[in-house]
Amino acid sequence: MKKEDKHFSEMMRPDGVRDPYQNYDAWFSKQDINRLSKKAQEAEAFFRRTGITFNVYGQADAEERLIPFDLVPRILSNTEWSKLSRGIEQRVRAINAFLHDIYNRQEILRAGVVPVDLIANNEAFLPQMMDFTPAGGVYTHIVGTDIVRTGEDEFYVLEDNARTPSGVSYMLENRETMLQMFPELFSKIRVQRVSDYPKNLRRSLEASAPPGVQGRPCVVVLTPGIHNSAYYEHSFLADQMGVELVEGHDLRVVDGNIAMRTTRGYKVIDVIYRRVDDEFLDPLTFNPQSMLGVPGIMDVYRAGNITITNAPGTGVADDKAIYSYVPEIVEFYTGEKAILKNVQTHRCSQPDTLKFVLENLKDLVVKEVHGSGGYGMLVGPAASKKEIADFAEKLKAKPANYIAQPTLSLSTVPILTDAGLAPRHVDLRPFALVSPNAIDIVPGGLTRVALTEGSLVVNSSQGGGTKDTWVLEG
Amino acid sequence: MLGKTAGGLYWMFRSLERAGNTARLIEAGFRIALTRSTDPESEWKSIIVTSAAQAAFEAKYNVYDSTNVTDFLLRDPDNPNSVLSVIKVARDNARLVRTALTTEVWSSVNETWMLFNHILKEPVPETDLPEVLAAIRQQASLVRGAHNGTMLRNDIYDFCQLGTFIERMDSTSRIIDVKYHALLPAASFVGSRMDNVQWEMILRSVSAHAAFRWAVDGDYNAPNIANFLILDPRLPRSLAYCTSQLVSNLEYLAQDYGEPSKSLELAQDLHARLKNHDIGSIFDEGLHEFLTRFISDTSALGFQVEQDYRFNA
Repeated sequence: MKKEDKHFSEMMRPDGVRDPYQNYDAWFSKQDINRLSKKAQEAEAFFRRTGITFNVYGQADAEERLIPFDLVPRILSNTEWSKLSRGIEQRVRAINAFLHDIYNRQEILRAGVVPVDLIANNEAFLPQMMDFTPAGGVYTHIVGTDIVRTGEDEFYVLEDNARTPSGVSYMLENRETMLQMFPELFSKIRVQRVSDYPKNLRRSLEASAPPGVQGRPCVVVLTPGIHNSAYYEHSFLADQMGVELVEGHDLRVVDGNIAMRTTRGYKVIDVIYRRVDDEFLDPLTFNPQSMLGVPGIMDVYRAGNITITNAPGTGVADDKAIYSYVPEIVEFYTGEKAILKNVQTHRCSQPDTLKFVLENLKDLVVKEVHGSGGYGMLVGPAASKKEIADFAEKLKAKPANYIAQPTLSLSTVPILTDAGLAPRHVDLRPFALVSPNAIDIVPGGLTRVALTEGSLVVNSSQGGGTKDTWVLEG
Repeated sequence: MLGKTAGGLYWMFRSLERAGNTARLIEAGFRIALTRSTDPESEWKSIIVTSAAQAAFEAKYNVYDSTNVTDFLLRDPDNPNSVLSVIKVARDNARLVRTALTTEVWSSVNETWMLFNHILKEPVPETDLPEVLAAIRQQASLVRGAHNGTMLRNDIYDFCQLGTFIERMDSTSRIIDVKYHALLPAASFVGSRMDNVQWEMILRSVSAHAAFRWAVDGDYNAPNIANFLILDPRLPRSLAYCTSQLVSNLEYLAQDYGEPSKSLELAQDLHARLKNHDIGSIFDEGLHEFLTRFISDTSALGFQVEQDYRFNA
């Protein structure tokens, strides 16, 4: 493989292969590229047959697509991972404390650490959550923190994803696929298991049930239905946990509880892992047009008879304007310095910052405060003059809607191409499970990779792929 | 189990059964059209009538011929009962109830859908028709095999079976009813060429032309054929076989759930009606009248199952 110039390569150092990749490289150098390409095709056929697909929004034919899978793993040493996981745990703890504070005493606002109008004008803030504490004080039961790397010891958090992060099914399927295709690799190289995730998820959800539930709590996964882009993941997780996959119309309020319609009548449920956005959760409280939620569920929730995971209103902690305050939030609630760094973030709401951003658009990445999925963003260095000019107009019209960040030199991991290995930019989404008694982080997470040479956008909706992520045994 | 899941399983298997039945009808029609010269148009028409699609077909076509009928029944998206349409319904339901299916059953259905999306993208030329029909049969066997070989024998399995046999019972009744005139004893005088064609058509429509030879020690005549299709408990597409399956699956469910159901009573009633009759008394009652009542009671049974097990909110 040719040595990469300015970006940090996770596999190659100028003087050779980096430690975590040594054993893999030794194996890879003995492989026949044609055989590997054939394996890649087999993997794709397997994904299709199994229906591991996502639906693309905004396309008339409602086509189901595959997320391309690259069979070169992304490898982290145990030391690298330990630091990352400690950093994630600290951050997740702080975010939960922040949410509890925001919806109760609001001390962080009174202390002036976070400006009041960031909360007051925040669409994700739900007044219905004020003066209410969810079971065990947990708000974000599942978190998928997006992390990028720029150097040997340089990790940055890009987004906290405290609402309903997706992608964990790909992490599990990617590992399963690798185990099937290359069993010999896993007997040579000791990789930490990820397969306990569904079991741990269920345990974590059960531990968050309302107090006083008799016997084993009844957990369900709530999906918007088979046309949702992440439906595969919803059914996969329900299946792997051994719980029911429900839609809004399967549920209703029965005697102050939420119950599901079974073949033998209504059965009370205790914990809902919902993959439906806040807005659609309860037509009586939020969007009255919603067919995806359960009328009256918020009353049952506030009465303490159902646990909704993640809690409604957690979005107030993960928009991109609050993001820029997370290091201060960590320090405020934990008394410690944040282990993981934030990317430097310019808040365009401030006039002199806006001026700076407008003058430097060609070097910056500009994102919508509430955007996600890689939509509605500008990657300055990759944009044309016209795209930059058009974006500047949008920015001037509604500056508070945007933040800007320097273009990071994202690390690369090789992918398999017809010509052999070639470096591509990656990010990492580890998944943390939060219950009243523990925070559990599955070793590794989902590595997303920008398949186009030079591209920095890894989102699957924008042509990104995924890789299996290995954390080596210590 | 969720009521919705029970409904999804039931409709998934009804749809799969319907796909196979439609393919079988086309196969019978195609064969008759190839080997006999007498009036192929009315044969093709009777196939459309059997599929309860006469109005929809005539809104689109003027002529009942092999090209129009096979295209309409195989791949017309405007025909909710075309093979392609029902395979999509089956697959959508399978996705809906994915958590209740084994990987084998799910991937066999998903694969079937992928395959026919591809094969039935363009009209099927006559030369390829046998191959396409064979593929439908093969895929149906694949799903059935995965279902039989890997699914737990619990309520999930029972709802799948209910879907299969209610659909099959409806289909067999319709096939006989459309040709009932050919099966009346008056029509059974020896050697009529026309009747031989009709009988062969009926037997082929339920894949029973070889079975009849093996199982029935008697002539190809109307009472023998009607008896075989309606009352013989050995033939897996006979009405008697379907009712006995339905009764036993509904009994399992009643046992499992600890309460008898109204649908079990209805199924037992249908089963008794067959058990207590011989073919002579059915002819006396009037074959057409018997079948009409049977078809409407089958549909009532379907509605009762939906209610008893809360398929819908």
